[in-house]
Amino acid sequence: MKVAIIVFPGTWSDGDCMYAMHQVGADPYKVWHTQEKIGNPDMVIIPGGFSYGDYLRCGAIAQFSNVMKDVVNFAISGGIVVGICNGFQILCESELLPGVLIKNDSLQFRCEDTFLKINDSAISSPFLNNISINKPLKIPISHGSGNYFVDDLTLKKLKKTNRIAFQYSNSEGIVEDGYNPNGSVDNIAGILNESGNVLGMMPHPERASDVLLSGTDGNLIWNSVMKSMMVKNK
Amino acid sequence: MIDKNELDKIAMSKEEYDLVLERLGREPTHVELGMFSALWSEHCGYKHTRPLFSFFPTEAKHVLTKAGAENAGAIDLGDDDVAVFKVESHNHPSAVEPYEGAATGVGGILRDIFAMGMRPIALLDSLRFGNLKDSRTQYLFNGVVSGISGYGNCIGVPTVGGEIFFDNSYTGNPLVNVMCVGVGKKKDLVSATASGKGNLLILVGADTGRDGIHGATFASVDLSVDSVNDRPAVQVGNPFLEKLLMEACVELAQNHQDWIIGIQDLGAAGLTSSILEAAERGGCGVEINTSAVPQREIEMNPYEIMLSESQERMLIITKKEHQNDVINHFKHWELDATIIGKVIDGEEVIVRHENEIVARTNINFITNAPTYKLNFNNDLKEYDYYNPNLEKINDIKDANQELLEMLSLPNICNKKSVFRQYDHQVLNNTIIKPGYGAAVIRIPNSNKALAITTDCNSRKVTMNPYTGSEIAVAEAARNLVAVGAKPLALSDCLNFGNPDKSTVAFQLSNAVQGISSAATILGIPVVSGNASLYNDTITGSIAPTPVIGMIGIIEGLDDILNRKIEQQQHLFIVGSQLNQKFDSLAGSEYYYNKTKSIAGNLEIDLVFEKKLQNFILDAFSKKMIKNSQDISDGGLMVALAEMCINYSIGFSGNNISDAQRIDSLLFGETESRFLISVPEEKVQEIIEFAKSTNIPYEDVGTFVNDSEDPSISFGPINLKLSKIKESYNSGL
Repeated sequence: MKVAIIVFPGTWSDGDCMYAMHQVGADPYKVWHTQEKIGNPDMVIIPGGFSYGDYLRCGAIAQFSNVMKDVVNFAISGGIVVGICNGFQILCESELLPGVLIKNDSLQFRCEDTFLKINDSAISSPFLNNISINKPLKIPISHGSGNYFVDDLTLKKLKKTNRIAFQYSNSEGIVEDGYNPNGSVDNIAGILNESGNVLGMMPHPERASDVLLSGTDGNLIWNSVMKSMMVKNK
Repeated sequence: MIDKNELDKIAMSKEEYDLVLERLGREPTHVELGMFSALWSEHCGYKHTRPLFSFFPTEAKHVLTKAGAENAGAIDLGDDDVAVFKVESHNHPSAVEPYEGAATGVGGILRDIFAMGMRPIALLDSLRFGNLKDSRTQYLFNGVVSGISGYGNCIGVPTVGGEIFFDNSYTGNPLVNVMCVGVGKKKDLVSATASGKGNLLILVGADTGRDGIHGATFASVDLSVDSVNDRPAVQVGNPFLEKLLMEACVELAQNHQDWIIGIQDLGAAGLTSSILEAAERGGCGVEINTSAVPQREIEMNPYEIMLSESQERMLIITKKEHQNDVINHFKHWELDATIIGKVIDGEEVIVRHENEIVARTNINFITNAPTYKLNFNNDLKEYDYYNPNLEKINDIKDANQELLEMLSLPNICNKKSVFRQYDHQVLNNTIIKPGYGAAVIRIPNSNKALAITTDCNSRKVTMNPYTGSEIAVAEAARNLVAVGAKPLALSDCLNFGNPDKSTVAFQLSNAVQGISSAATILGIPVVSGNASLYNDTITGSIAPTPVIGMIGIIEGLDDILNRKIEQQQHLFIVGSQLNQKFDSLAGSEYYYNKTKSIAGNLEIDLVFEKKLQNFILDAFSKKMIKNSQDISDGGLMVALAEMCINYSIGFSGNNISDAQRIDSLLFGETESRFLISVPEEKVQEIIEFAKSTNIPYEDVGTFVNDSEDPSISFGPINLKLSKIKESYNSGL
């Protein structure tokens, strides 16, 4: 699987995403933000960081960069795109995903492990449909603005169309306010676009890519994408 | 002739001014005087500390840099891997503007590391504040933590550890010491040097503004009520720009080292110190044109340009034939790169502004700051804080209550509420997260890891600066050994009060000698460091705080995941018997909490300490032990409670009916002790190993995991783990 990892000035998870891709046997390459074309990837990752310093609203400037035009085209034509942390913020700003990520309700940065309940009904998405375990994923967060907000009408629509991918929960999969690290609506940690090929998530699966570090639950997402791709290509 | 008022403003004495006159043989120009005063500030010139540095053991086979010769110390890790590291202070800026002060402290130490061509992989913060009940302290504390979080998280270098300590002496003068560790390949190490006539000085990064002018001087005088008016002397950070600068410099070192002579960061005293230090290292002259320096503000004069401490700037000493290559390289990273001067023959610095020479003098005249002898009476018995007699206090009645209280003290309790504000995982190397003693960070693309720590118990240094500083070094080493790492080298950050006071002079001199003594006996060279003096406010001097930053190596990570505490494992205390006398409360957190005073005699046998540390390392490599914890602040019971909390496990202690004093048994802080967790099948083996190496030991009990909420019982203690966790988590 060829993976294009988009790098903006201020991106810092690009190296970790490269690492995670190598861990699962994918073939990653980096694309600098000034490039017009992303090549011919099977998947695009927009990694975490502080693109352009995030001095304006997080992700607000990145949407206008050269490279994003091709990313948007790739996504619209059904290409698999995942935005992690700052990448999620950029996908929202680029209107590939609905909603917005505002400051954590604590008004503080949060870096810690979280448990993510996988939404059973969203499993038609390539990111989820081959996840082999039946329990929440343990994946760390690291953000100051991960508080997902969306209006009630859109939230209803997200639920109805099975587009909430992950919710913050405890290790048993119970979703409650107490397990919400940032105040996001309905404990939302990640959402899908309408056709399920674009995923935005605040937690960092690329950090859960090694038993030595924070476990390997993040790899389950990449393995799922690779499996669905193999099925598709058959 | 200049008047005294003018000299006071730049913190230069009349005698120093006379020395300038003598060296120059004439009156200095305005710009020259600014350059002299900045480099002759304590912060840059080490006027009171330089004579002490000769005590430090600085050499070892694995040390690649000469002491003080580069921006940070470099250590050979084998297999061509190198680590560079340093601790530095940003105390005074943080006292008046905590957010930016702490943020630019982080930015400054990062530049020291990547100027050497190495990639920063870990940051640690050693923080000291006054009493948290005080509202100004809360403001400083929150500001400093936010500043560290704001800068470190944005730039994408993990903050993996450090300490937070509260003591009244730091009220109004918090300490913000930051340590950075970088790694890379030996061939990519870059020196901060200039040489070769005609080679170019290229300034990259931020434009130069009026921020931080005389910041080095500001760092070298006592803080006063008016210090808040010095906020303009505090710089403002831009971590985004520094991220670009970091990537560009690391890539330059790795891929294009043939284009450059050296890289020197701009920190305290800005362009002045940067250019002069690089030229001095290379033994050359330099000529610079301040009009060429890109400026953020209008009508800046050469004095301001030479002394500005604007952040996120770097000087690249470039081979003249590669000037376009270097400029284009930085352009790719969207950074300005401007030729501002060149290397010339001779030993002079020539500063031009709009074609007029505004400064011209021998470089050594400026870089060679005068030094001062510390004046004090070197008799411990005459020392202000000498108090060998512990006040008798009643022994503990309710041990459970005492333990819960200890665990909730700000100096003992869980610091998670702070550490979770720092990104401690980015770069995918963090094996042991903050809050568990030493951080353990994998060396990228290897099967090795670095263990990193900072430590200093300033109460013990206050009691006895020499022994207390020996203890600081030993304790830092113990933190590393407890995670199975062999200590390699240390960096010191000497935070003291005004050295013109004889008490402070006594503390400073003895602390340096204590550090040197411990470093020599434990075989841990001092490879870099920093001094921050004049930490005085109207209420007096801070507690003497020689912060020790230390790195060690773990070879082979295959076993590291097995180092868990599990039920049925035996807990041994090694280094001493379980029972402790009342004396062991000397300098302890328990005694301080009871009496609000410090007293007693501190003792450490460093030869034994070394033997004990080797014992632990050997026991790890022979796989006799699964886990270990050194006994430090809060004594045995706090160490044991932390082990149980970290591994969510209970404990059942053996009988201790013959205990003389419960307080000393539980909370005494006798040095040179570890707790080790031993699997049942290794118990005989560890006993024999301890006997054969003459290490005192005692079987303390076993870990148990018999319920959801197991009990911790030991002597008079019997508490549920949940209760212990609740107290531990309630302090901050």
